[in-house]
Amino acid sequence: MTGDVTLIGYGLSAIGPGIAVGLIFAAYINGVARQPEAQGALQRIAILGFVLAEALAIFGLVFFLLAYFTG
Amino acid sequence: MSATMTAGFVQAAEEGESHFPPGPDDFWQPLFPMFELSGHTYYFTRPMALTLIAAVALSVLMILASRRAALVPGKGQWVLETVYNFVRNDIARDMIGSRDFLRFVPFLFALFTFILLNNLFGVIPPFQNPPMARIGFPIALTLIVYLVYHWIGFRKRGFVGYFKVMVPPGLPVFVRPVILILEAMTFFITRPLTLALRLFGNMFGGHILLVVFIVGGWELFIATELQYKLVAIPAWGLGVALTAFEMLVQVLQAYVFVLLAASYISDAVADEH
Repeated sequence: MTGDVTLIGYGLSAIGPGIAVGLIFAAYINGVARQPEAQGALQRIAILGFVLAEALAIFGLVFFLLAYFTG
Repeated sequence: MSATMTAGFVQAAEEGESHFPPGPDDFWQPLFPMFELSGHTYYFTRPMALTLIAAVALSVLMILASRRAALVPGKGQWVLETVYNFVRNDIARDMIGSRDFLRFVPFLFALFTFILLNNLFGVIPPFQNPPMARIGFPIALTLIVYLVYHWIGFRKRGFVGYFKVMVPPGLPVFVRPVILILEAMTFFITRPLTLALRLFGNMFGGHILLVVFIVGGWELFIATELQYKLVAIPAWGLGVALTAFEMLVQVLQAYVFVLLAASYISDAVADEH
């Protein structure tokens, strides 16, 4: 088998943000189900939380590219 | 996936070498050399051409639309006004607050439309290359946002006051320096870094995904065995589905970039707690 071990690192680093994004949208759906009129306010908060969690996965991708192409 | 790139792949495949797993090198598409500086040739690249097209097209569109603005809007004006209202009310006013938001609306609207059109270039047929998949472009945009929100923060509060507002009141004295360092890192390092990398990573990763399915489908299609040829069809089907998904991501990323820019500006103009 050939490949680069940093890619496994990227895969591992994507687990956390994946779970986080799932939790954020689960909470958002719960909130909207309980109080549909709050959807507008909740949507913005959910997307803000989603992008902050997603940033970690993006970091993983960038560090993988750095490790892969420089080291 | 660009026409020229596809042609390159087809040619490479005919010559017997495969370009298949696409990488960052595939995003380097020089058009013609511009100038030389200390032995290094600088090229005019395809993303540069696309951002120029986007800037010119948006300027012309906006100037024409605002000149012809009528009290009873036509279809085109209605679409533009919807976008403008979205940026003005749902992003700027909600994030920054009704007192200060109005002077930032032109900036945020320009950012939103520019990023949106550039991102959509990733799937619009003659262009099909998202300029934001080259890290330089998100860095340039982030630099503008960075200068704007720090400039506003420093001008409103003064040098020391800007740092003071980072520490919430009512903390014990020995915790304050730690919080100050953490908050200063957030303000000066983490925020611009994540803002630029998020846009870059989403555009880059999404486009690579499309290239994998469409070029991978082509590689399967030109294989000699029949079973591989048949697998090409679901691969292309996924390519089409992911193109739709990619459009969603492109719009979302333009929205998120401007949303975060507005939230950073709102932190800079907010009253002290």
